[in-house]
Amino acid sequence: MDLQHLDTPPSDAERAAVDALLGPPGSAWEGGERTGGDLRRADGGQAARGRRDLLLPALHAVNDRIGWISEGALGYICRRLTVPPADAYGVASFYSMFALHERPRRVLHVCTDIACAAKGSGRICRTLEERLGPPGHGSAPPPDGEEGGHRDDPGVAWAESPCLGMCERAPAALAIEAGDPPGYAVSAPADPDVLCAPPGPRPTGADGEDRADGTAAGRAAPPPPASSNGHRTPAHPTTFSPDPLAPLPAEPPAEAAVPQAGDTGLLLLGRIGAVDPTDLDSYRAAGGYTALRRAIALGPSGVIREVTDSGLVGRGGAAFPTGRKWAGTAQRPEAPRYLVCNADESEPGTFKDRVLMEGDPFSVIEAMTVAGFAIGAARGYLYIRGEYPLALSRLENAIARARARGLLGEDILGSGFSFDIEIRRGAGAYICGEETAIFNSIEGLRGEPRSKPPFPVERGVFGRPTAVNNVETLVNVLPIVQMGGPAYARIGTGSSTGPKLFCVSGTVARPGVYEVPFGATLRDLVGLANTGAASPPEPRAVLLGGAAGGFLRGDELDVPLTFEGAREAGTTLGSGVVLVLDDTVDLPAVLVRIAAFFRDESCGQCVPCRVGTVRQEEALARLSGGTGDGSDIALLRDVGAAMRDASICGLGQTAWNAVESAIDRLGVFADAPTRRTLPLTAAAPSTTKEAP
Amino acid sequence: MTAAPETPAPSPAGPVPLAPPRRLVGVTVDGEELRVPEGSTLLDACEAKGVDVPTLCYGDTLTPRNACRVCVVEVEGARTLAPACSRKAEEGMSVLTDSERVRHSRRLVLELLGSSVDLSTTPGVPEWNERYDAEPDRFGPRAEPAPLGERDARHAGEHGPVDGAAAATVEQPAKDDNDLYVRDYGKCIMCYKCVDACGEQWQNTFAIGIAGRGFDARVSTEFDVGLPDSACVYCGNCIEVCPTGALSFATEFDMRREGTWDEERQTQTTTVCTYCGVGCNVTLHVQDGEIVKTSSPHDNPVTHGNLCIKGRFGYQHVQNAPGRDQGRGGGETME
Repeated sequence: MDLQHLDTPPSDAERAAVDALLGPPGSAWEGGERTGGDLRRADGGQAARGRRDLLLPALHAVNDRIGWISEGALGYICRRLTVPPADAYGVASFYSMFALHERPRRVLHVCTDIACAAKGSGRICRTLEERLGPPGHGSAPPPDGEEGGHRDDPGVAWAESPCLGMCERAPAALAIEAGDPPGYAVSAPADPDVLCAPPGPRPTGADGEDRADGTAAGRAAPPPPASSNGHRTPAHPTTFSPDPLAPLPAEPPAEAAVPQAGDTGLLLLGRIGAVDPTDLDSYRAAGGYTALRRAIALGPSGVIREVTDSGLVGRGGAAFPTGRKWAGTAQRPEAPRYLVCNADESEPGTFKDRVLMEGDPFSVIEAMTVAGFAIGAARGYLYIRGEYPLALSRLENAIARARARGLLGEDILGSGFSFDIEIRRGAGAYICGEETAIFNSIEGLRGEPRSKPPFPVERGVFGRPTAVNNVETLVNVLPIVQMGGPAYARIGTGSSTGPKLFCVSGTVARPGVYEVPFGATLRDLVGLANTGAASPPEPRAVLLGGAAGGFLRGDELDVPLTFEGAREAGTTLGSGVVLVLDDTVDLPAVLVRIAAFFRDESCGQCVPCRVGTVRQEEALARLSGGTGDGSDIALLRDVGAAMRDASICGLGQTAWNAVESAIDRLGVFADAPTRRTLPLTAAAPSTTKEAP
Repeated sequence: MTAAPETPAPSPAGPVPLAPPRRLVGVTVDGEELRVPEGSTLLDACEAKGVDVPTLCYGDTLTPRNACRVCVVEVEGARTLAPACSRKAEEGMSVLTDSERVRHSRRLVLELLGSSVDLSTTPGVPEWNERYDAEPDRFGPRAEPAPLGERDARHAGEHGPVDGAAAATVEQPAKDDNDLYVRDYGKCIMCYKCVDACGEQWQNTFAIGIAGRGFDARVSTEFDVGLPDSACVYCGNCIEVCPTGALSFATEFDMRREGTWDEERQTQTTTVCTYCGVGCNVTLHVQDGEIVKTSSPHDNPVTHGNLCIKGRFGYQHVQNAPGRDQGRGGGETME
């Protein structure tokens, strides 16, 4: 392609960050020094453009080391990957964790979503604002005009964040600091004093000089370049430094989020706390990799038969039968086929996948291998959200160890089946958890959902047949293969089979991930989470299924936790969120937060969602602020119906669910006046539209 | 080769169709059965039946993006409405084009767009507003336009406090950074057509892309640099496909501002571009003896409405008689 590239050169640190991922440039055609030989050749075409899917990892490489993406860095990435700069700019500006303006190296992401807001995140934000200034990712220009992003900036920026998936420890905050390697730490429950403390020296690798130029001065040799699939070799096993950023504390182990830990009867959570999540031998000693052996003995169609017989349906929210999805993918004639593990868990209130990945990462890898075997995939992509650095590290380690033992790669366990897994990290976009947006994000495009049909089983990632499954769904496959589909189907109820993970948070005594068989009632589950509490608080409302789910009243707790039970009750299990709210919670404020979430996370592609989420937030702001009236509720219903009917993807289609249920079931805004006392539209009478 | 009588007739000016015969599929539109060639969209089927379906982001020369959702129809048995412009007709499909659900969503799309975008130069909108009883003003007074550059600096996934007193819009001053055309993004409905025409579907220049996210998504060059610093080659194919007048010739923009733009007084003359041997068709729009803009016929089998900078903007010599006012961009363009 004859592309016009940016003239600004990258700084040395930016160039090094990109080269560490992509290897040194082969010629001036891809950003290297011009030599005489370059005049006699022309690189480009399909081969040069074929690495487009490394755009997101390359943007991460710069953002991780420098903290933001400058014009020089973006231009260098574009040359390396033969991507038009306007196109790459569109991708970089799509993700909230990337900054295209200089910002401090350390950024605090403070969760202000429902669970954390109920536990006082507003107080944390006010303290941070007093001490660190207003929130934001530094849209201000560099203070002294210096270019290239290698200033030593001791400051800290902070930003309000959607759900960080640490609801059991609410209110949560995540600190990420650029460097080589980048560092992170979690403060949950968030402590403003620790968060605002000046960043201390990093315990590993970096000294002051190192930080100043962002290069790996303390490192003996640069990490070996990634292969074309983006993997780092085990010599540099994890993207993030394993040590928490000073002065923040280390994270508690994953089992702290599993109140049932130690219960050996658990099918999905049983190993969490019982095995070392970093040690493959420990996993194998606890029964790991027996499912893969059994799967290989069954053969691909045998595995699909067991999964179909088990009645397993997707746990990400849409509840599609997994066996049918796998059979559909496996029977497609096109090759190669792909498996995508959707670990972009971003539904507010959901943290089950994080706990699984942090506490039992090898089971995710093994389950992906079984799934890849069943559908005949040569490669699996594990797409994990950018807000989960610990889970990312655990998975990177697990993949490296599995590969070293021949459990990934060529000829796994002597079966002749070859399969490998690539991790792709999101960068702050809820929409990338949508089953087709995840493909665009993996391919290095903006994470916009695709129009269906064609469905992923026909044309998925890279236009090939793809099975995309949630983490929890995949982990269920291991017991299915081990015990057989019919035995698994006897767990739960007739049409909702198996165990289900629920993310219980809010006003309960023991928030965390709970594993219960389908069929337990919501009251059972809330009671389980209140075990040991002297006088459990009476819930006013329960948000079931997350922001895309719906509210139930405190007197509706007898609804059975099954797909059909939830449907009959007019709600959905969604991703398994059970967020318990008591009388102290300001429900209108919760609704405004949900509306703000959908506005922020809409990709902007289709009109009903792009503008509808804005109008929904505005109407809720009026209603909660006391200036709204009954016409705003009518407006919400109108906009909501259009979003549900006419949006491209599930985000827009569900953006009104929770608000609708709050109005209809909980009676929020029931006391809104039918007519405004003051005409809001005094300037523009809301009669008929004049022809322009 | 026989074509079924129900098939949409090829444009009379177009070439003799040489495509292989296509199987016909039977669909029902508003209760009436008809057969359309396999691969036809529901929009094709509706047009074949004479049903007028409003479209905004649909481009006759581009792959449908189905972003605006004003063309939605109700497919029997489907949970959600389907965009007619891109959904392929399937055997046995039954489609309603004027049901309550369809009318509601079309009305809301028109209201949501009308309340957030300046649709004053978008053809069709007044009639559609009337047809669907759309009231774009019902969301309250419009917020003040953003200062130039403010929307381009917004960070994904963030927005300021909202009190609901005014309806947010995408309005901002026009970007007028070159002699040939103006980008008035306050009129942009994000149909993606200019990006597709600039990129891999036609021009392969890739000067613009979609940046940002959600309500702050916008058409942008890299880092919002001005067009002269971007990869733009001024082919104007983005103007050709723009459905709202957000992209317009500088001449049209200036005349509209001065109040002298009057399409009633304009004539359109299609002729052959004089510059090279390709022979592209150009349509000259003439008002009061002056060429005020050029377009190109979309049904031309070679160019499909595309031109290069010379065909699009190089018409000044036609009216370069001594003593005439050259106007903006006359004579010394691009210097």
